[in-house]
Amino acid sequence: MNLTLRIWRQRNAQERGSLVSYEAKDISPDMSFLEMLDVVNERLIAKGEEPVAFDHDCREGICGMCSLVINGLAHGGRRATTTCQLHMRHFKDGDVITVEPWRSRAFPVVRDLVVDRTAFDRVIHAGGFVSSNAGGAPDANALPVPRDDAEKAMDAAACIGCGACVASCPNGSAMLFVAAKVSHLAHLPQGHPERAQRVLGMVHQMDLEGFGNCTNHTECEAVCPKEVSISHIAKMNREFIRASVLEA
Amino acid sequence: MSRFARLCQTSIGAKQVMAVTGLLLFGFVIGHLLGNLLVFAGRDSLNGYAHKLRDLGALLWVVRVVLLVVFLAHVGSALRLWRLNRAARPEPYAVEAHLVTTYAGRTIVMSGLLILAYVVYHLMHFTLGATNPEYLKLMDPKGLPDVYRMMVLGFSNAAVSGVYIVAMILLGFHLSHGLTSFFQTVGLNHPAYNPCFKRVGPVAGVVIAIGYISIPLAVLAGLVK
Repeated sequence: MNLTLRIWRQRNAQERGSLVSYEAKDISPDMSFLEMLDVVNERLIAKGEEPVAFDHDCREGICGMCSLVINGLAHGGRRATTTCQLHMRHFKDGDVITVEPWRSRAFPVVRDLVVDRTAFDRVIHAGGFVSSNAGGAPDANALPVPRDDAEKAMDAAACIGCGACVASCPNGSAMLFVAAKVSHLAHLPQGHPERAQRVLGMVHQMDLEGFGNCTNHTECEAVCPKEVSISHIAKMNREFIRASVLEA
Repeated sequence: MSRFARLCQTSIGAKQVMAVTGLLLFGFVIGHLLGNLLVFAGRDSLNGYAHKLRDLGALLWVVRVVLLVVFLAHVGSALRLWRLNRAARPEPYAVEAHLVTTYAGRTIVMSGLLILAYVVYHLMHFTLGATNPEYLKLMDPKGLPDVYRMMVLGFSNAAVSGVYIVAMILLGFHLSHGLTSFFQTVGLNHPAYNPCFKRVGPVAGVVIAIGYISIPLAVLAGLVK
């Protein structure tokens, strides 16, 4: 198949970028979107041009490194799909495909389609963990966890931190990401001792990073490659209210 | 800054302000609608009701002040969040696409601002008598302020009715997203109830818009005179 790509090119964080058109000829429909970009890049390199920079790692849909807003939708907008698992058969011959980086004040563009997502790391540093003292490993099942809680925690823990929620949110809000971590640990007994300081700390950091505020568009849930539900945002809201009322 | 004020500045705290004040304003919208619908029960019913409200005296002022504070908190918090949300994405997408968000959801700030403008006009029109001072001098045969006549006179003007109808449609859109959002924001999310939460906003929006719009339509059609 032959495609026209409009790709955001930006040399570095300081310079202004712009959309540049490229013809992508003889693309196999069996390629993933990233493999298609690999082919485009090989041809650019052969012509002596700068290849397009984009993030990727596992290419199995589990690491959270790949990104890209494709025709206005994060990861291309297909259900439960990362860009690396998006295949060219979902496009038509002759399509014009616009490829942009995640757009968020908190995710500055590093180069072309690569953005700096360390804002998420700082949010995790602010409480997205369980402090445990070193020592012998506890016996398995010494801490009983009800099945439903384990399932909900696991659903939340499926978040791979790709940032599609931020990219797709009309407000640039990171609430689905933060909620996934808050909810994951709030559902488990291991997370309970730090429950209040976790949600307060993470929400505070989320606000400091300049993410927007949730207005319940639910676009995040629709594009999330791990189908993390906005029910976790409701859980985070409950956790936040509880912590705000009870904590000194 | 007090603990409460600090809380209202956080993203989730501000959401709670929007949700709680929104729900209170929704309550007012229902109460106001039920009162207005007395116009269909006749002149004495509506004027008697209006008179009883006026008779509340100090309590009426308490309600008015609370309403004003709630209204200002809702608008103020919304404008602050709107500014923050715009700042969160300085560079817009060249291609904008959405999967699930609704028209009502995407335009809620705009519908809110237009409703705000309408409320200001509405208060000058009917409550303060700034646009039509003669309305406040109308008396019915029982010697009560004639709210009924004021409504009929006001809505006999097609332009006034048109603006009112447009404002009430906007209110319907606003409530459709706002009321459904209320549940999620305060943390009410459960698979058993979510379909109901999702429907209650649009249904309430339509019912309330139709309820309010029925009054100018009835006046224009000559059913209420």
